[in-house]
Amino acid sequence: MHFRRTALIAAMAIALGATGAEAQEQRQKFNWWYGLSGQLGEVMQQYCRNFNASQTEFEIVCTGQGEYQDALQNTIAAFRAKAHPTIVQVYDVGTTDLMLSGQYVPARELMAQNGYTVKWDNYISSIGNYYATSKGEMLSFPFNSSTAVMYWNRDAYRAVGQEAPPATWQQVERAVRALKAQGHACPMAIDFDSWQHWEQFNAIHNLPMATKGNGFGGLDAEIRIAPLFRQHANTLYNWYKEGLIQVRTRQGGRNLPESFASGDCAMMMSSIANHAAITRTQKQGLDWTPAMLPLYEGHSRTNSMVGGASLWVLKGRPAEEYKGAAAFLNFIAQPQQELFMAQNTGYIPVTRAGYEGIKASGFYDRPENRGRDIAVESLLATEPTENSRGLRLGNFMQVRALYASEMQAAFAGQKTVDQALDAIESEGNKLLRRFEQTYRGKSLP
Amino acid sequence: MQRRATFRSPWLPWMLVLPQLLIIFVFFYWPTGEAFQWAFTLEQPWGGGREWVGWQNFAEVFSSQHYWSSVRISILYAVATSALAIGIGLLLALFVDREVAGSRGWRLALIWPYAIAAPAIGMIFRFVFDARAGVFSLFNAMMPGLWDPSLNGTHALLMLILAGAWQLVAYNFVFFLAGLQSIPRGLNEAAAMDGAGPLRRMRDIQMPLLAPTFFFLVIINLTDSFTNSFGLVDIMTAGGPARATDLMVYKIYSDGFKGLDYSGAAAQSIVLMGLVVALTFIQFRFVERKMHYR
Repeated sequence: MHFRRTALIAAMAIALGATGAEAQEQRQKFNWWYGLSGQLGEVMQQYCRNFNASQTEFEIVCTGQGEYQDALQNTIAAFRAKAHPTIVQVYDVGTTDLMLSGQYVPARELMAQNGYTVKWDNYISSIGNYYATSKGEMLSFPFNSSTAVMYWNRDAYRAVGQEAPPATWQQVERAVRALKAQGHACPMAIDFDSWQHWEQFNAIHNLPMATKGNGFGGLDAEIRIAPLFRQHANTLYNWYKEGLIQVRTRQGGRNLPESFASGDCAMMMSSIANHAAITRTQKQGLDWTPAMLPLYEGHSRTNSMVGGASLWVLKGRPAEEYKGAAAFLNFIAQPQQELFMAQNTGYIPVTRAGYEGIKASGFYDRPENRGRDIAVESLLATEPTENSRGLRLGNFMQVRALYASEMQAAFAGQKTVDQALDAIESEGNKLLRRFEQTYRGKSLP
Repeated sequence: MQRRATFRSPWLPWMLVLPQLLIIFVFFYWPTGEAFQWAFTLEQPWGGGREWVGWQNFAEVFSSQHYWSSVRISILYAVATSALAIGIGLLLALFVDREVAGSRGWRLALIWPYAIAAPAIGMIFRFVFDARAGVFSLFNAMMPGLWDPSLNGTHALLMLILAGAWQLVAYNFVFFLAGLQSIPRGLNEAAAMDGAGPLRRMRDIQMPLLAPTFFFLVIINLTDSFTNSFGLVDIMTAGGPARATDLMVYKIYSDGFKGLDYSGAAAQSIVLMGLVVALTFIQFRFVERKMHYR
């Protein structure tokens, strides 16, 4: 008898608790899928908790979908099944596909309809332009952004009398030769990632990757290997043969950031987003700094290209969810949220106000953040040109894979670097033509 | 004397198999139908429309040198993996069946590896084959540059074959051991009394009687190598270096899901399906029928 009473009370308590929870469920829910995992995934979850705590009207439900590629694949599958999230994080090269699909709500339209005024010119122009129409109207919200920088091991190079990072490739050559002469096994490491080694190289030298303004001018653009890049790729290969460079990939055991953080390799080109991870995992006492990517002598610096991902709002969700989406996108654009991102990840602020605020707070003066402002400076180096504002080349994930395969073939000695580059051009153009045919009759916004 | 189950209602048997049919339809026929549709169109990833292109996707697949090199290495991988896995599996089963010291323990230990998921095997073997820190780095210690699966395609493929074979050995072992144990003891004992040594008995009694198991495993191993190598490739090499390990299944995945070329991947998967169907057909038509104890 006694037991039944307890059970009854317990049941009532549960029921009351449930109604209490239901009162909270009145918030409008909407979904966000992101493509970051590990520590970065936890930061995304923290973002969501902060947003939910900051207001009472909406509740964002955040789901990690693995890496960028997985997030895109899963979102496409969900979209086709009409079970997609309201907001999705899509990486830089997924931009062209999404733009052509037309299955998104443009950023400007979303914010205007929901009564938010956004200062669009506040976005750092080399970041905003990547996600904008050819007329400069932003279609998605830049979120976690990065660019490529050079990582420089001061300790190692101090030993050969070069403490400051080199600004030109000619200086890089002198430095790696000197270090090699001292018996260092790995003065510099590279991998086969097109982003930092090809795309960014062309951007900072103001060289086109493809005709038609890197594809902004139409889907019939054609990939062209710039002569300077051809020369550069051959140079890198010769250095590799001489033992000045080592190849460090995930398949080889240690990737670039790991090789650098362990002190194995004294120089590499990589994303600024790795700054945080290198700081966390570096060998005790390693003295290093990021620097801008080196240029060839006789060239002046153009801004580097933005990498990372942006947030897209997808069509086909109930109207109330878009109110929540707009509120969330407004939330992440606040300067304190940009600071939150910079503090917890290696990514950079995306607005000028955010950058100035973070700089003024003394963030970049702290030892663990040394040199991180280099990335923003590199993006701000000039106003974006036709060659450095971004890429609108279709099937570009496949072009990147093609670059990796062909360069591997060249470095393994199966073909010459020139043959590999020719293959990238001819087969890359086949991929572009296939893409053009798939989207026949459509044009980029 | 045929035994037949009879049902009073003609609907009942259909109701009983309905769940199974539904599962097959939803997980096999539906996706296959979709793949056929994609293979003859150019499908926009976000579903904005598709254009009928007839055989163009197949023509592009068959005219691509990378596709043919993928077919070549897939066959090489399948044959080498199966041969290695069947050879080792058979050898181990013969030993355990002969009750060498510690057979019981070995039997358990040899079944376990089959329960390990391919990505886990891939991770472990990546460490084993690591050119700088793994067991194989011994080669590099002897002569620098001797072993480098991250740039040398032959090394990378060899590494995959060894890992793939390791995974299949356990499966083959189970079947061979079961096959060996179902051979009547009397045959062996009679041969032993006639003076046949263990090797002679293996060659003239056990091996011929194992033939059905053997051919069953050949087909299963080949099919498995064609379709289940994905996990290993994804973890160990990601198809590289320079496409040296871009097996057919992996190429379908990377073209379709990484590259968002759904139509090209659909065409390739139909070709692969045709290949596996042909192998299975061979098994049912020829092997199963002809390989009964003669």
